[in-house]
Amino acid sequence: MADRVLPGHPIVEGVAKGPLLAADEPLSFWGGYDAGTGRIIDRTHALTGQRAAGAILAIPETRGSSTTTAVLLESVRQGNAPAGIVTRGTDAFLALASIVAEELYGKGFPVVSLDDEGFAEILGAAGAEILPGGEIRLD
Amino acid sequence: MPLTLESRDRAVLEGAKGEGAALAMRILVRMAEVQGATRLIDISGAHIDSSLYMGDATLEYAERLAAGGAAVVVPTTLNVAGVDAHGWQEWAVPSEWASKARRQMDAYEAMGCKPTWTCAPYQTEQRPGFGEQIAWGESSAIVFANSVLGARTERYPDLLDICAAITGRVPAIGLHLDENRAGQLHVRLHGIPEAVQEAEDFPSVLGHWLGGVARSRIPVLDGLVTIPNEDELKALGAAMASSGAVALFHWIGTTPEAPSLDAAFQGRSPEETVEVALDDLQRARAELTSSEGEDLDLVVLGSPHFSLEEFRALAPLLKGRRRHPGVRLLVTCGRGVKLIAQQAGLLEPLLEFGAEVTVDTCILTTPMLPSEIGSLMTNSAKYAHYTPSLLDRRVVFGTLSDCVESAVEGRVRRDDGPWGIAHG
Repeated sequence: MADRVLPGHPIVEGVAKGPLLAADEPLSFWGGYDAGTGRIIDRTHALTGQRAAGAILAIPETRGSSTTTAVLLESVRQGNAPAGIVTRGTDAFLALASIVAEELYGKGFPVVSLDDEGFAEILGAAGAEILPGGEIRLD
Repeated sequence: MPLTLESRDRAVLEGAKGEGAALAMRILVRMAEVQGATRLIDISGAHIDSSLYMGDATLEYAERLAAGGAAVVVPTTLNVAGVDAHGWQEWAVPSEWASKARRQMDAYEAMGCKPTWTCAPYQTEQRPGFGEQIAWGESSAIVFANSVLGARTERYPDLLDICAAITGRVPAIGLHLDENRAGQLHVRLHGIPEAVQEAEDFPSVLGHWLGGVARSRIPVLDGLVTIPNEDELKALGAAMASSGAVALFHWIGTTPEAPSLDAAFQGRSPEETVEVALDDLQRARAELTSSEGEDLDLVVLGSPHFSLEEFRALAPLLKGRRRHPGVRLLVTCGRGVKLIAQQAGLLEPLLEFGAEVTVDTCILTTPMLPSEIGSLMTNSAKYAHYTPSLLDRRVVFGTLSDCVESAVEGRVRRDDGPWGIAHG
């Protein structure tokens, strides 16, 4: 199948490449993500047990706790953050973690939002790469 | 339209108030741009969830701001910390964790925040008034401030709340603005018996179910027979903000922006109407229990932090009784409420029962539980929701009296009350 490029909206600019982990289910990083291993630990989540460190993580939005940002920042410090995150619509929590990581550690991660249609497409993709300007190449 | 900054904001950005304030303003402005704000507005208070110690990153962030001379410019309370500053030695908290969490507490106090160390600042502190613009962190406090008090706050994440307190400014977006506070989801009860609606755990169960359905939308509760008290509203909101991302709910005839259905929806039509039936709630209630067995090591109460009224309800249940030697009973609360409860004579029955009180933090935010504690029981939907993943332990959800009976007997006791009868 030919590669397909989706026009995403860059919330935080950057490029990233990695395995794709995608689920149509919100995630709270507090209680849902282990900053020490980069694994998803929310047992009720579709991606539970999977390692998102270095991956392109696609979730519709965060949910629950306002501590999601702190957990994600810690995962950047420990080198266990996703390489990039794709959401459906703007999720401020994810953007904030990346912006503060850039300030503190000089390394954030790209955050891109897709519309409903684009997000539905990434759910069915085998792999994804975040390109400059928020474009996402699927394969 | 791009973001327009006032000259006072630009001055802070350029370092007029020091490096710490400039860092806070830089982050705030970038977030305002991300969120599509065209201007910043003033706030008159803040509640800081960034106080939670989540590892070296949160400590480094706090110390970077404090070392840069940052100070809050509005009255600011502090959420729970990573450690009970004076009682941690009685539990299994590693001393390195305690000392780093303590350093983080010091950094926030150095910035001029009030050392309240509670997720329920509205229990003891001056409350924001109706319509007041504030920046609050802590999901359960946010939903309480918006829904029950009618104050206006967005869902401030950790790391950003302190930037708002240091600059006194927030992006003019979301729940700060009238037009975004209208209900979106009309929630109607379908054939739920009054006895179930009056059950002590009904608000927690309803909230747990509703969070999953509403996600980040604004639900409007309609047609309930009860008039909830503040602790029930606290439990309802905290449950929705755990299973979902609800930051504001309306309850017709109860919450201040919902005198009528029309007012709650600001004259618009709901985006969606959902009916909740008894089996939806039976399922939600069952989800809050992850353990089928009767094993029990710890009963824990107080998420969000236990209120004075809850101490008042608990004390007579414990009077003249004693916990089973194999079960500990822990209450987590703010240091302010503990002091008042003590002065009101409400702590003596607890201590005679063999119960313990932890302040400043909770079981989810400090590694206090020793490894031999594997099975928990609680009346809090928030504790029940997070215990399996955050603590990797089993949990049973029950009422306050279930919790006490279980602590006395040393094994899980549950009275299904109206839930069982309704099921039958």
